[in-house]
Amino acid sequence: MSADLDKPVGVRPEALPLRVDGVVKRFGAVTAVAGVSFEIQPGGCFGLLGPNGAGKSTLIRSIVGRVRLDAGSVRVFGHPVNSAPARGDLGWVPQELAVYPLLTCRENLQAFGKYQGLRGKPLDDAIAWCLEWAALEDRAGSPVKTLSGGMKRRLNMAAGLIHRPRLVLLDEPTVGVDPQSRNRIFEMVEALRRSGTTIIYTTHYMEEAERLCDWIAIIDHGQIIAQATKETLVAQSFGSRSSVTMHFGATRVDLAAWAAARGGTAQDSVVLCSVEKPAEIADWLDAANREGLEVLDVTLQRPNLESVFLHLTGKELRA
Amino acid sequence: MIGAILQTSFRSLRRDRGAFMMSFILPIGFFTIFGFVFGSMRGSSTPRVTVLVVDEDHTGSSRALVTGLLREPSLDAMTHPRATKEDSSPADYTAATAEAAVRSGYAPAALIIPAGFGAHPIAFGPNSGSGAQRPTFEILHDSADPVAAQVVAGMLQKTVMTALPATMATMGSQYFDREVGGLTPQQRKQMDEGLAQLRQQQQQDAQQSAGAQHGQAASSADDQSGMVAVHVRDVVGEKKKSPMISYYAAGVGVMFLMFTASAAGGSLLDESESGALDRVLSARVTMTTLLAGKLIYCALLAFAQLTLMFLWAALVFHLDFFSHIPGFMVMTAITSFAVASFGMLLASVARTRGQLGAFSTLIILTMSALGGSMFPKFIMSDTMIKVGYFTFNSWAIEGYQKIFWRDQPIRSLGPEAAVLITTGVVLFVLARWFARKWEYV
Repeated sequence: MSADLDKPVGVRPEALPLRVDGVVKRFGAVTAVAGVSFEIQPGGCFGLLGPNGAGKSTLIRSIVGRVRLDAGSVRVFGHPVNSAPARGDLGWVPQELAVYPLLTCRENLQAFGKYQGLRGKPLDDAIAWCLEWAALEDRAGSPVKTLSGGMKRRLNMAAGLIHRPRLVLLDEPTVGVDPQSRNRIFEMVEALRRSGTTIIYTTHYMEEAERLCDWIAIIDHGQIIAQATKETLVAQSFGSRSSVTMHFGATRVDLAAWAAARGGTAQDSVVLCSVEKPAEIADWLDAANREGLEVLDVTLQRPNLESVFLHLTGKELRA
Repeated sequence: MIGAILQTSFRSLRRDRGAFMMSFILPIGFFTIFGFVFGSMRGSSTPRVTVLVVDEDHTGSSRALVTGLLREPSLDAMTHPRATKEDSSPADYTAATAEAAVRSGYAPAALIIPAGFGAHPIAFGPNSGSGAQRPTFEILHDSADPVAAQVVAGMLQKTVMTALPATMATMGSQYFDREVGGLTPQQRKQMDEGLAQLRQQQQQDAQQSAGAQHGQAASSADDQSGMVAVHVRDVVGEKKKSPMISYYAAGVGVMFLMFTASAAGGSLLDESESGALDRVLSARVTMTTLLAGKLIYCALLAFAQLTLMFLWAALVFHLDFFSHIPGFMVMTAITSFAVASFGMLLASVARTRGQLGAFSTLIILTMSALGGSMFPKFIMSDTMIKVGYFTFNSWAIEGYQKIFWRDQPIRSLGPEAAVLITTGVVLFVLARWFARKWEYV
């Protein structure tokens, strides 16, 4: 999906769902976005991850045209982001519940549909599609304030898709919902992807990104520091090695020095190291036995996105 | 424990500017306004009754009376309209032009000094001496100001006594002659000399004030018991119910209209906080379109509110609503537009709902107090009335009074329409300018 990795040859600019080119946004002395460039190819789900304060929200607002850029440009299907065609092609589902709480589900969809220029039968059809997609047909006439958290989230998503955009930006759509509702939202996103809609997905839940996203970009300090498929990111960060976590009982041995001598690290009674093959764990256990160290627990783990994120940013995603 | 609660509460209050303003600034501001309106004031701030004086007698006595009325501090008496660029020396009022001026709302009362006043200036009651021949003064009154006629009548009686010393003495002497049997030749000679001096002084006073532009008026119903006989005639609203009904329907209506507009405009802040505003603006809606939509909504809401208010006044207080519908529609449309723009501006200036609440309460109550929504203008000083012209309330009330009280045609609403529409446009432009904060970051 990214320009550097898998850009299909010969894709016309107007066919590119999104092209972000050298975007810079400063707030006083603080540079929130420092020259970000990337492209998104048609179809699939593009995950945008970043720790708090990394510039992710500003980048998202830049993509939806809610930020006056200091430099660079954003184009949606070849059109400047604030042009009428771009607004028609881009759907935004903000993190907040940006719906009218006193209106019903149907009335909300009607309002946002009209804001997108829909009228008459196309609007009625769009509302029907949205209600079905969000599984809210039974609650179409219910005021938003009477809905559960999950239902509100689904309506929030539906309102962003009322005009059936070709590119959809979902900004943390599962914040604050229970696991059951989250699964329902995943199904909605997957249905959307199957229909050929291009999706940009941001989340603080790594398992969501792993499940839904074909491509991942990680932003930190206002810059994209990595972008690739999930597997490629893991391979780039860790090669084929797996991580090992060992918990030890009380000991007088200097664990930090002991671990460092073998290429690992230690904190309190926990040692972290990596192995090329699981059998290499036996070498660590032998060494521990020779030193009289009591091993309480050993865990072998294949690196995942969480590991990549931690490796690249030094922070937990939900920190 | 109590100390911690107090500390927390005071810290919160100090950082909540809205609550702070409501707690301290608003009460003081209101106290000040009420103090100016009702408190003891001096000099130019004292409420004065405007009265148009028509001298149909043209004698020394009537001129002396006019002079006295012009000097009366509680009256703003005028013998002719104020000079303008078009008419630098306007003609004196006649009974007809004075009545027209009262009808138009230019002044609440006019006083007609009748022909024959000089011949039979005063009497000590209707049954004394010349009491039967004395002519009757007429006060033409706009009963929208229930105080004016009584003040003018009282001041007339007082001025007759203080401004016409020679006349008073002459008539007193005649009364004495008639009731007691006359003076000795010696006493008569001394009396005549004294009267001559008084007459000379009275004439000098009148001459000095000739050409002065202020004059006065008289009382309620017929009053024959004073020095002069007075008849009060209502020339405006003589067949209507209380003038205060349309006054307060407009006054109270506009005040609550402003609250409504402010709250409706506040939906922008709600939408901004919920993120809905961002979503709307990322669709095919521009800020100008959004503001215009909100403005029209506010204006329609205000229109409905005022209509309900006047219908209620018609139903409960028998306001003659249905024969004034065209004028009502015009006034309500322009008032609603101006007030809606005001609501948009307040909302676009405020950063939070709390700030908007504090702002709007302070500004709306102040405007309402100054503009006549809380107490009638006729109890306000000239200064306060002039300040009131910086408020919507004052212009709206004036316009509605023209329609419902004075039965004036729609074209008479020119000044009100010009002020309210211009203000509405200016406020909307300002609101749009301030709303840039929501467009982009």
